[in-house]
Amino acid sequence: MIRVHFGQALRDLTGGLADVEVEASTVRELFRTLDTRFPGIGERLEHGTSVAINGEIIADAVYEALPADAEVHFLPTLAGG
Amino acid sequence: MAIIEQDTTNPGFKWIGTRPIRPDGYEKVTGKARFGADMMLPGQLEGAVLRSPHAHARIVSIDTSEAETMPGVKAIVTGADFPDLKEAGAGAADVDLAVNIIARDKVLYEGHVVAAVAADTRKQAQAASKAIKVDYEVLPHVLTVDQAMAPGAPILHPGTRTKNVEPAPEEDSNVVSRVVQQLGDIDAGLAAADVIVERTFTTKPVHQGYIEPHAAVADALPSGRVHVWCSSQGHFAMRTMTSTVLGCDPTRIKVTPAEIGGGFGGKLVIYLEPLAARLSQKTGRPVRIVMNRDEVFKGTGPASGTKITVKIGATNDGKLTACKSELFYEAGAFAGSPVGAATMTMIAPYQFENLLLEGYDVLVNKPKVAAYRAPGAPMAAYAVESVIDEICQKIGMDPIELRLKNASVEGSQAAYGPKFPKIGYVETLEAIKNHPNYQIPLGPNQGRGVASGFWFNAGMNSSATVHLNEDGNVTVVVGSPDIGGSRASMALMAAETFGIDVARVQPFIGDTETVGFNDVTGGSRTTLATGQAVTEACEKVKADLMARAAKTWNCDVSEVEWVDGQVQKLDGSEPPLSMAKLARGWGRTGGPVSATASLNARGVGSAFSTQVCDVEVDPETGVVRVLRYLTAQDAGRAIHPSYVEGQFQGGVVQGIGWALNEEYVHTEKGTMDNPSFLDYRIPVASDLPMIDTIIVEVPNPGHPWGVRGVGEVGIVPPLAAVANAVSNATGCRLTDLPMSPMRVLDALNQKSNGGNGH
Repeated sequence: MIRVHFGQALRDLTGGLADVEVEASTVRELFRTLDTRFPGIGERLEHGTSVAINGEIIADAVYEALPADAEVHFLPTLAGG
Repeated sequence: MAIIEQDTTNPGFKWIGTRPIRPDGYEKVTGKARFGADMMLPGQLEGAVLRSPHAHARIVSIDTSEAETMPGVKAIVTGADFPDLKEAGAGAADVDLAVNIIARDKVLYEGHVVAAVAADTRKQAQAASKAIKVDYEVLPHVLTVDQAMAPGAPILHPGTRTKNVEPAPEEDSNVVSRVVQQLGDIDAGLAAADVIVERTFTTKPVHQGYIEPHAAVADALPSGRVHVWCSSQGHFAMRTMTSTVLGCDPTRIKVTPAEIGGGFGGKLVIYLEPLAARLSQKTGRPVRIVMNRDEVFKGTGPASGTKITVKIGATNDGKLTACKSELFYEAGAFAGSPVGAATMTMIAPYQFENLLLEGYDVLVNKPKVAAYRAPGAPMAAYAVESVIDEICQKIGMDPIELRLKNASVEGSQAAYGPKFPKIGYVETLEAIKNHPNYQIPLGPNQGRGVASGFWFNAGMNSSATVHLNEDGNVTVVVGSPDIGGSRASMALMAAETFGIDVARVQPFIGDTETVGFNDVTGGSRTTLATGQAVTEACEKVKADLMARAAKTWNCDVSEVEWVDGQVQKLDGSEPPLSMAKLARGWGRTGGPVSATASLNARGVGSAFSTQVCDVEVDPETGVVRVLRYLTAQDAGRAIHPSYVEGQFQGGVVQGIGWALNEEYVHTEKGTMDNPSFLDYRIPVASDLPMIDTIIVEVPNPGHPWGVRGVGEVGIVPPLAAVANAVSNATGCRLTDLPMSPMRVLDALNQKSNGGNGH
């Protein structure tokens, strides 16, 4: 199971839920699964969101594989200087 | 200067960690290097820009008729010469980008571009720009977050409703959005504290202060394509943004990077390129536009002014229990302050179980803010690290000890969610604690301040191509502008990979048609990410050369190995083949040898810095003199230690300027009162002691050489380190930057009159 954590900015779509556990083998599959449960979240995640998989922050992560029991966080895509 | 290696498995590099002279050094010190303003093409025209004198006004009309008839004038452009992206259905960010380049119906800050002129000479262009008649209806303006959020404040962009607040607002606002980081139970965390400190801090906008003003040359070609030369932090991004504003495909534009005289985040965006391009298209001749310093201050993005309240609780034995904060960041005239990053980074050095951090992005009538080294983090760290220092004063604890007691380590949960991978924050604290500077006795009116900081590293997209030349030497082509010595780092990584003298590697920054796509040089990513691409491309060349050697010897590739720039046969039956020999024979083995690597970099690390500052405050004048400054930062692996130290020192010096002197001063009319380096005072060499550095090396396990980005985090702690030193010297906690002599004297006078000096 993938443990998914939602920041405050996504909780309007999750009904206030801060985390869930779902089955998924890739980030894309995770987005689809979450979108089924929380309609609209998939589109928001697809654009301008980085994904942290077990602590490693990855921009453009949609095709990344998810290790079993991965911990996933969503972060806004950041700009540096 | 010192390097502290925490890595016991250091493989013993031959080139990485050495200090050769940078490949671009000779041209720079002899004046041969070509910067943005140095480009000169046959038939080139000179441009000048007309900017708004008002902070907020409606453009009633623009009359260019008289200007068009003036001597030497060849073309004039206004907003009407550019596509209306809003009407075309573009996203908000692109619409803002285009309107920031040249105003349409309203000007939103002093310095907002209204028109641009191309003429035979710059003087003619400037004279004509002044002859353009603009009829303005002046509107009320807002300059601070308090003014912008006040009831009845003039709205910059009607229709703006604050995002991420409940219930959804029903009225327009200058507050674009709210961002929240939350962990645990803030009330319980504060209730568990023995001591609570709450303070509100303000900082003014500060400019990146790069010495080279913005400059662009554009040449519209008969084919319809446009060739642009400019100095920037990312010529691919310049291409994309310029094409967006012009309304054409990116590949209709070629951008050639010039040398860059400082960027620090401020050259990640375009200002002049579309204006020069459109003027060139109208005239059929190349057009150059160069800003003066006044234009740089008024027309380009500074860092946000801020107002930040921080409330932190701790137990008497120094355990931090909770952090609550509200942050208001000026976005300038268009949405997009770095307040989100501020909330994500401000307490990253500490393990807080309970926190509530709320940030607000606020529109004001000033230039749109731009990134500035670790954008958003220094101001928030100033607030947090000042409050933590005050807690240390209240409970009588050494500031390093308190930080060690609460330090984030591998596995700690960051405020923004994920757990940290391997990080080197504790090692920076230990390095400062064990350094002689931390023990030097202080005299009267002197004080010592400690502060820490965190910043992300970015990965993003990079490409590199490596060519073997006919003499066996190597050319490395990257698409990342070199703003801090990255060409030297690329050469060292290539030399290490091949096992050859670094002098045999020539690094080169290709234009948008010479090398594969590269994201910007920003986010402390270039040595990390483009370095990965260079290393991969070198490995491909090595593999190719080993295969060719095996072909030469009529053996299997498994029977050969690479040793110090040459291929050897494992059984020693043949003399080694050097890269030069293999190059001479490449016609027989398959042709020239080159390889490209393109990647979205992975294994991104995190950067921490801890710094200690000693100051002396003159009680008569309020002048703060920095006596000593020491910074310890985790570089993962210092590829070229001199340029790593240079990054550390540069960040610190800019932070000292932010702390002590730098600020945008505005008149009541909303115009900038100090748009020159005479009145906007950045630190100069005579203001500063040597900035001592300690390079801590806790290798990033995700990178082939252990690299962490080093370019940004150095600017995060200085605001607080200097403020804490001033507090310890004077007994006054200054909560409003900069700590200029006037403000320091005010605080001292308040204290002597029985106040608390706050």
